[in-house]
Amino acid sequence: MNLFLKLSDTPLDIQSCIREVESPSCGGIDVFIGTVRDATQGKRVLRLEFEAYESMALKEMRRIAEEAFERWPVQSFSMHHRTGVLTVGEVAVIIAVSAAHRAAAFDACRFAIDTLKQSVPIWKKEVFEDGEVWVAAHP
Amino acid sequence: MQIDILTFGIARDICGGSRIRVDVPDDTTAEALKQHLAEQFPRLSGLASFLLAVNEEFAADNSLIRPGDEVAIIPPVSGG
Repeated sequence: MNLFLKLSDTPLDIQSCIREVESPSCGGIDVFIGTVRDATQGKRVLRLEFEAYESMALKEMRRIAEEAFERWPVQSFSMHHRTGVLTVGEVAVIIAVSAAHRAAAFDACRFAIDTLKQSVPIWKKEVFEDGEVWVAAHP
Repeated sequence: MQIDILTFGIARDICGGSRIRVDVPDDTTAEALKQHLAEQFPRLSGLASFLLAVNEEFAADNSLIRPGDEVAIIPPVSGG
């Protein structure tokens, strides 16, 4: 299993994430890049503040990667996530998955970002001009 | 026994610190500890979800908390 995981409080590098999954035997690399949007429900977002329970987050990220390898013929998997303060347009998460054929790469990459949002202990606070809110905290 | 509990995100705001200490009976389950926390910090009950992690794993309600375990309150996650 070629598996790369990273939590970083400094800007993420898209090319280095992709390079980790490149290989001569893969026919496709699917990449998801999550970026900071400038508005939520019409309200202007100034910045996002991410924090992680780092040791557990890395464990949960590994669990996602391992499940991706079990379910699809994936060759390499890389997931990088930012922590700290991010401004509009900055990269919050990158997932790159390589496989011999594209279907596995697409499916595993989508599974990875969807599951990350459900299970990895990382939290973001949206800061607006007139206040701030922990995303998804309340029903 | 005394248990140190890590808090993150909105749970840290609610509990007033990134690490809190609670006093609970020996052989407390995760469910009982959650009840204890919800009584001490009622706003935890208003969250969309409120889970405990023990030693970096999501804890089942019936799992026992032991002295020295690393316990954390996990409010709704929102990574990505």
